[in-house]
Amino acid sequence: MSRSGFISVALAVGRRNVHNYFTNPAMIVPGLLFPMFFFTAFAGGLSRVDSVPGFDYPAGYTAFVYGFVLLQASAFGGIFTGFSIARDFESGFSRRLMLAASRRSGIIAGYWIAAITRAMFNILVITVVALVAGLEIAGGPLDLVGLYTLALLVNLGAVLFGSGVAMRLRTMQAGPAMQVPAFLVLFLAPVWVPYDLLVGWVHAAATVNPTTLVLEAGRGLIAGDPTKVLPAFAAALGVAAVSVLWARGGLRSAERAA
Amino acid sequence: MSTAAIETRGLVREFKKGPRAVDGIDLRVEPGEVYGFLGPNGAGKSTTVHVLTTLLPPTSGTARVAGHDVVSEGEAVRAAIGAALQEAALDPFLTGREHMKLQTALHGMRGEDGRRRGDTLLERVGLTEAADRKVRGYSGGMKRRLDLALALVHRPRILFLDEPTTGLDVQSRSALWAEVQRLASDRGVTVFLTTQYLEEADVLADRVGIIDHGRIVAEGTPDALKAEIGRPSVEAVPADPEDLARTREVLARFGEAVAASPKGAAVRLSGGDAQLAEVVRALDDQNISAEHLQLHAPTLDDVFLAKTGRSLEGAGDRGEEEEAAPADAARGRERLAGQEA
Amino acid sequence: MSRSTLALQVGMLARRSVIRTFRQPAMIVPALLFPLMLLAINSSGLDSATNLPGFPTDSYFQFALAIAFVQGALFSANSAGTNVSADVETGFLNRLSLTPLRRVALLLGQLAGILALGLIQALTFLGVGVVFGAGIEAGIAGALVIVALSLLISLGFGCIGAFVALRTGSGEAVQGIFPLLFAALFLSSMALPRDLIENDWFQTVADWNPVSYMLEGIRSLVISGWDGEALALGFACAGGVALIALAATTSALRTRMART
Repeated sequence: MSRSGFISVALAVGRRNVHNYFTNPAMIVPGLLFPMFFFTAFAGGLSRVDSVPGFDYPAGYTAFVYGFVLLQASAFGGIFTGFSIARDFESGFSRRLMLAASRRSGIIAGYWIAAITRAMFNILVITVVALVAGLEIAGGPLDLVGLYTLALLVNLGAVLFGSGVAMRLRTMQAGPAMQVPAFLVLFLAPVWVPYDLLVGWVHAAATVNPTTLVLEAGRGLIAGDPTKVLPAFAAALGVAAVSVLWARGGLRSAERAA
Repeated sequence: MSTAAIETRGLVREFKKGPRAVDGIDLRVEPGEVYGFLGPNGAGKSTTVHVLTTLLPPTSGTARVAGHDVVSEGEAVRAAIGAALQEAALDPFLTGREHMKLQTALHGMRGEDGRRRGDTLLERVGLTEAADRKVRGYSGGMKRRLDLALALVHRPRILFLDEPTTGLDVQSRSALWAEVQRLASDRGVTVFLTTQYLEEADVLADRVGIIDHGRIVAEGTPDALKAEIGRPSVEAVPADPEDLARTREVLARFGEAVAASPKGAAVRLSGGDAQLAEVVRALDDQNISAEHLQLHAPTLDDVFLAKTGRSLEGAGDRGEEEEAAPADAARGRERLAGQEA
Repeated sequence: MSRSTLALQVGMLARRSVIRTFRQPAMIVPALLFPLMLLAINSSGLDSATNLPGFPTDSYFQFALAIAFVQGALFSANSAGTNVSADVETGFLNRLSLTPLRRVALLLGQLAGILALGLIQALTFLGVGVVFGAGIEAGIAGALVIVALSLLISLGFGCIGAFVALRTGSGEAVQGIFPLLFAALFLSSMALPRDLIENDWFQTVADWNPVSYMLEGIRSLVISGWDGEALALGFACAGGVALIALAATTSALRTRMART
């Protein structure tokens, strides 16, 4: 009985959020816009950088940037879902959800369904754009499965993180509290050049940042030259596991306040 | 003939999309008068005020305020009027005193003069203590009071108030009414006041103009308008709800049916107050025991209803409106349910 | 009743504009911190780009410093736009319309707020640059010119924000143009000098984008010293954008304050 309660709640919440997302241009645009800017500006403007001595990435700079943009789209797909959660709390809609839902953890699962749908849509659009712009994926089908699974794991971690913040703060002011950490985690990593070419404090930060592992594995999969795949999955799963706890704590905090 | 304080002839204001907001208004307000412009949301009250205060040009027709044409002598009009419009137009990051300073300076009051004028006005509206706090922290009532004070800085002869007490609590409303009355009686200021509240028009206005869909449908003193409708109405709520239909039949003998509360019936007494006794007897004859029997003197809402066929006050406590709008309510419920799915 | 003079009106409105800008730390702090944060990350992350043959300097930090000034101007647009749209939405603009206030005074007053924020930004970025070792090749005089150019850029973008606010009367619309301005910054010689851009269409866009020249004007003072051509182009582009934006804003104000 409790299992079906969980699933039905998750599906109901997920369906509503997905519907809201696709019928609301103001929600679709930001998630697509920033990764596309990035891709265009850096694949287009910075491509000379792959001539720097020590930059050996076989698949070309476009693919190199695509690897990052894929990650960015997945992560922010989750973060923006966190915004939606915050908005629901602020409008009071969440209270209704929590009263109606038989299994409240199903609510979080519902938001995750929405997040993953958003991420898949964003990834699809960005990949099409990248292919049109000359992206060459050297990886085989298995590599691609690994690549996109990794991306969706990142999305999971991001939405769980976002929901934990949203449920604790319960206001739209939670936006920056989600965006800034996500931004830092994404950018203190080998964004424009490989890890070996980083210097200074960013190099130090990237050394301890799990994003670095995920990025390098992802880029390896795109190039058909898998590297550090298992550690990357481990890192992503680890982050997701911690985020589950974070999200559950957030749910409890919201329940107390409701 | 003395110069009217406000005078319009055939005033029209159209917007590019949609019907005419102001559709041919003729009015005349004498100096020192308090004129109430009463009408529901969307009737054209605010648009009229915007035209009279030179914020919008009329599409056609003329308007003269303080003896000056609003189109060709805008500056002169602005010098003679003060306005407190629908939003308390304030900057949330400035303090009350800073607002005063800005306003007095813009009206050409220098240094000491400006400061003194500002302080006097702040005291008059009871904001001296809060004067150095940012407006963001003011309550709705305090914002309206500051709004009014700012409108009075340059001692205008004519004051426009656009729904000045909408959203205020009872105390703030009474305080504002008292101030408006004082301005009119002590200082001879002409006040043009728009409102959707009957009571406000009734209490404050010397004359009332009722506006609907951009036109004036009735004009006169509140008493004269009510006398025009003349007859009171009686409302009966039967003790046994099953008797409602019969109650309605009985009452129907005494006059035309009017809006009533959901559990009762009401008619306008064609014969006046005296018929009340007959109504009681008639109900008795039919063995209808009335839980509640009330005589209503005509209100401005009755005037509005008589002229337009609609009630001025919102739906919800009027049976008529509820019956008319079940479709809307059902649609609303559906939408809500859909959101939750 | 006496009318206030134009000078007094401008003074009062300018004062209000500046006070109001600085009473909103939530607007100011990001305007200072974000460009600095991005500067820090980019400089470290892209330092290896300086190894490219033809790269004008061996410090990416020195190269990227100019970006902070232009990015700061984007925040200027946001701040100005938000403040002006608030005035429209609250009806404060109507209140001002009913006084003897001249439209030009209102405009100049708004600009004062933009310039005040722009000055704080310019001095901050310059200070950070110097402290972290980006020597200004053109010296102290060059630093002053950087401030001047930066203010002109802020003015231009600030007016864009104000224009959108007056035209639409909506704070949301102002937020909506942010991505467009961002795009204008990205599709330029922001990350690499124009002659090192490999991609043809990107290089073309960067060549035609006035933001490229604004960046290069500031950059030249930091890296090369006194480069007449870069400065002329930088000031011309910044000035051009500012002029057009100012004209548009004036026209929008006339429509918005359509008193008779």
